[in-house]
Amino acid sequence: MDKTVNQKAWFLVLPVFAVVAFSAILPLMTVVNYSMQDTFGNNQFFWNGVGWFKELLDPSTDLGGRFLASLGRNLLFSAIILAIEVPLGIVVALSMPREGWTVAVCLVILALPLLIPWNVVGTIWQIFGRPDIGLLGYTLNSLGFDYNYVSNEFDAWATVIVMDVWHWTSLVALLCYAGLKSIPDAYYQAAQIDGASRWAVFKAIQLPKMNRVLLIAVLLRFMDSFMIYTEPFVVTGGGPGNSTTFVSIELVKIALGQFDLGKAAALSLVYNLIILIVCWVFYTVMTNVGTERPAKQGGA
Amino acid sequence: MARIDLVDLAHSYSGNDAAPESFALKPVTMTWRQGGAYALLGPSGCGKTTLLNLISGIVTPSRGKILFDGTDITLLSTQKRNIAQVFQFPVIYDTMTVGQNLAFPLRNRGVPKAEVEARVRQIADLLDLTFYLDRKATRLTADAKQKISLGRGLVRSDVAAVLFDEPLTVIDPELKWQLRSKLKALHRELDLTMIYVTHDQTEALTFADTVVVMHDGRVVQSGTPAELFDKPAHTFVGYFIGSPGMNIVPAVVSGHEARIDGHIIGLHRNYGVLPAGAKIEIGVRPEFVNIAAPASGLLSAAIERIDDLGRARFARVRIGDAKFAARVPPGFSVPDNRVGLVFDPAHVHVYADSRLVEGVA
Repeated sequence: MDKTVNQKAWFLVLPVFAVVAFSAILPLMTVVNYSMQDTFGNNQFFWNGVGWFKELLDPSTDLGGRFLASLGRNLLFSAIILAIEVPLGIVVALSMPREGWTVAVCLVILALPLLIPWNVVGTIWQIFGRPDIGLLGYTLNSLGFDYNYVSNEFDAWATVIVMDVWHWTSLVALLCYAGLKSIPDAYYQAAQIDGASRWAVFKAIQLPKMNRVLLIAVLLRFMDSFMIYTEPFVVTGGGPGNSTTFVSIELVKIALGQFDLGKAAALSLVYNLIILIVCWVFYTVMTNVGTERPAKQGGA
Repeated sequence: MARIDLVDLAHSYSGNDAAPESFALKPVTMTWRQGGAYALLGPSGCGKTTLLNLISGIVTPSRGKILFDGTDITLLSTQKRNIAQVFQFPVIYDTMTVGQNLAFPLRNRGVPKAEVEARVRQIADLLDLTFYLDRKATRLTADAKQKISLGRGLVRSDVAAVLFDEPLTVIDPELKWQLRSKLKALHRELDLTMIYVTHDQTEALTFADTVVVMHDGRVVQSGTPAELFDKPAHTFVGYFIGSPGMNIVPAVVSGHEARIDGHIIGLHRNYGVLPAGAKIEIGVRPEFVNIAAPASGLLSAAIERIDDLGRARFARVRIGDAKFAARVPPGFSVPDNRVGLVFDPAHVHVYADSRLVEGVA
């Protein structure tokens, strides 16, 4: 049968092209354009080639130093919150009831922090942690701890991390819970009959079945924490000093604070590239998990 | 290895206060002897899986007791019961190899390594799994996975009993036969008590030396395949076992005679006077009724169709409104509409309210 050729179909896709071009391609290309130039305001631009990119990767320059320092802080932050949220989420999911009305209650309570907008989360913790009027800050100080997230780097980090854990552990827990729910009862019964201990059940049944959702959880949490902006910005403003200035905060400072459009454009392109690479790695790992390579010696 | 006694065992999923008629398992008292091969046979929802889960401890009974070798284990957890169970669908520990899967029940109980190894080898050998021992279990076919589940059930030599909950559901018919005969051979080899739940009579009759038939939460008969065939204790056993099932026809019975439609059929035994008000029926297997050319001394029936099963032909006929099946003797050319029925009196049983009535010789 001949294929029906109908060029009119292009008209149906055209609006999508237009929207994507307007919202994504044009801005992206503008950024690429900026990243090669320097400006001193007045809409005057000067060609700079790959100069900004060279500076970015060179820690001895101001731009490179700031970028690499914030990148380091950002990776450390992501590592810490993953190390806390993933095990904690698993523990929460494991201790949730499997059936009955309490399931609904638990799910609603878990979902609550996820529904709160980022800047509200930031504001809540900013006030909660204040030593003068905040419940947390006041209590800690009256218990004898010298807690002040505005002046102490460690306190600032602790506050931002606890805030993120509070905000996002639910997501990991909900994903794990979904994974756990998909395990048929027969597995638990068989494990009972096989005399498996609680730990053996976790290792042999629950963890393998949670594998996939855990990968998704790690990916989501990594991406989110790598792009974090609003909450630390509202709570600490990136301080004290630069101690909680993450890449996105640095980027906004350069772009909107100093109006260094060229530097900011170069930085955001590199930032974008890192995120793309991480996504690709995760995607590859995820699609390959479970598809075990064929056995080496003699197939069936 | 143990004798298992059930004493007044009953279970309701909605609690002990539920109406007795709604119990998933109505009170049952019976003994499973050590080393027996039992089949628990009945239609879906008759309570056979409930009974199995009670024995293994997955479900705690509402009433009654379970004894292993005389020791009450009713409230003991599954882990402490020393029992093995194989489920309807394969349960595989994904991260382990086939060998580790088989060793799992032994490892958990702290069996010495050398002993584990030897036992795993033996079981893998019996189930033809030796080749796969070092492979990951996830990538195998459903058949192989179920074999691993079976293997995990059989690997412990000291279990009180191995329970099978319709274990061959996911297996191809071809392989079903092989696995079933394998199980039978394993039973002889390993000297384990096995209880096999199924709704398939062929499976039950070929596997077991004692078949326990359940119906509506009750054990209606337990006996050898021959006993179930020759002398069903309940009309349900009669038509559930056998293909086609037993003919059950309302009749009036007194002394040595049963009366159907005014026609008299001679009986082998004397039934005297049966309880008044009971529903009286006679039951006879199609194998023991031949059709013949209509004659004055014979019960007359209308032919509906002939089923040719290859090894035998059965005529589906009607006596009045009642459906009836009877054997067509080899070489007999079946008339078009009416035939006579020739009964073998030794195999005609009498049932009052669905239960077998023993006559006096």
